[in-house]
Amino acid sequence: MNTLEFTLVVTLGSFLAGMLGSLTGLGGGVVIVPLLTLVFGVDIRYAIGASLVSVIATSSGAAAAYLREGYSNMRVGMFLEIATTVGAVSGAFLAGYLHTSIIAIVFGVVLMYSAYTTTRKEADVVAGMPPDRIATALRLDGSYPTNDGPKSYHVRNVPLGFGLMYVAGVLSGLLGIGSGAVKVLAMDQAMKIPFKVSTTTSNFMIGVTAAASAGIYLRRGYIDPGLAMPVMLGVLAGALVGARILPGAKVRTLRIVFGVVIAALAIEMIFQGVRGKL
Amino acid sequence: MTDVGGSANLGATVNDKSVELFLGRLLRWGVLLAALVVFVGGVWFVIESYNVPQNYRVFRGEPAELRAVPQIVHQTIALRPLGLIQFGLLLLIATPVARVLFSVLGFALERDWMYVVITLFVLGLLIYTLTSRSGV
Repeated sequence: MNTLEFTLVVTLGSFLAGMLGSLTGLGGGVVIVPLLTLVFGVDIRYAIGASLVSVIATSSGAAAAYLREGYSNMRVGMFLEIATTVGAVSGAFLAGYLHTSIIAIVFGVVLMYSAYTTTRKEADVVAGMPPDRIATALRLDGSYPTNDGPKSYHVRNVPLGFGLMYVAGVLSGLLGIGSGAVKVLAMDQAMKIPFKVSTTTSNFMIGVTAAASAGIYLRRGYIDPGLAMPVMLGVLAGALVGARILPGAKVRTLRIVFGVVIAALAIEMIFQGVRGKL
Repeated sequence: MTDVGGSANLGATVNDKSVELFLGRLLRWGVLLAALVVFVGGVWFVIESYNVPQNYRVFRGEPAELRAVPQIVHQTIALRPLGLIQFGLLLLIATPVARVLFSVLGFALERDWMYVVITLFVLGLLIYTLTSRSGV
């Protein structure tokens, strides 16, 4: 393929990935790396660099809309960003030493988990939790708007959530993804933060986490302008279009379809990683 | 400002809200500006080298002039298309960094010194990754 063909095809693929990622809430990052490596034969290090850039674009692009709704909790986000950014630096550091086959296998496993989360229900299981000592000291408790006025919540299990956020950061730095699934797990399941608050705060954090590892990838020479350009523009355009058509979309069906696609890509990534082809 | 339970927290929430709205706008404009620069550089790059075969199968790593902030700025001023794309990507990476920087100011305005320190730590780490010599 020459530059023109390659740019157009990668833009189109990234556009679809960005649109599906935004419609399903999983983010485009999880499919960019498999798309580039398995379909276009791109070296996984270049693919991860380009994916990180697109993750920052979609996170920051969507943040404006989320912030207006008033769900996200700035203190929770900023406090946990200590864990995610330190994790991202560790992950980016690891990426320079691990064999690409191992990175591909880890990627496949994380992809499997993401596919599994598409089948989970988005129910708030938490209400009326008692206040937690650490959360109170850190002023993490907050409230969010509902139809019956603002509803307050107490944040729980801060050390566990903080630890999971470090893991989310490592995965983000190692694999070039937003790790949205692990971030929501940490906040929603471990820290008992309401689902809507978890997802919007997670989105807010993804850009900062990715920026920490993107700086390292750039300095290492993993971010190629010729590749990152179509990926970033495609994913960003796809995510914007996805957000527009979201209200009328059959999200449930889409999530299942996307979940199956991700699971298939995950198996292929693990398979190719074991064969040492990536 | 003394922090006495609920009422102080309520005041902080109202303040947080206006800071959040500002940060949201900052992020959106940052991304749009970055995308515009990347697009211009990209169109230029494709026009200049549309017939060159692309191969990302083999990892070679970027040359030094596309790796560090000062060199990328040089390439941009020298009007190299790849430098321009890389400059746009730098703007994109800088967007969340700017968000953290303004959060420091937001927390300082609320006199929430604990969160000023927390946010400064995150900011310091971000700046370190972009400027460290070896790329860690």
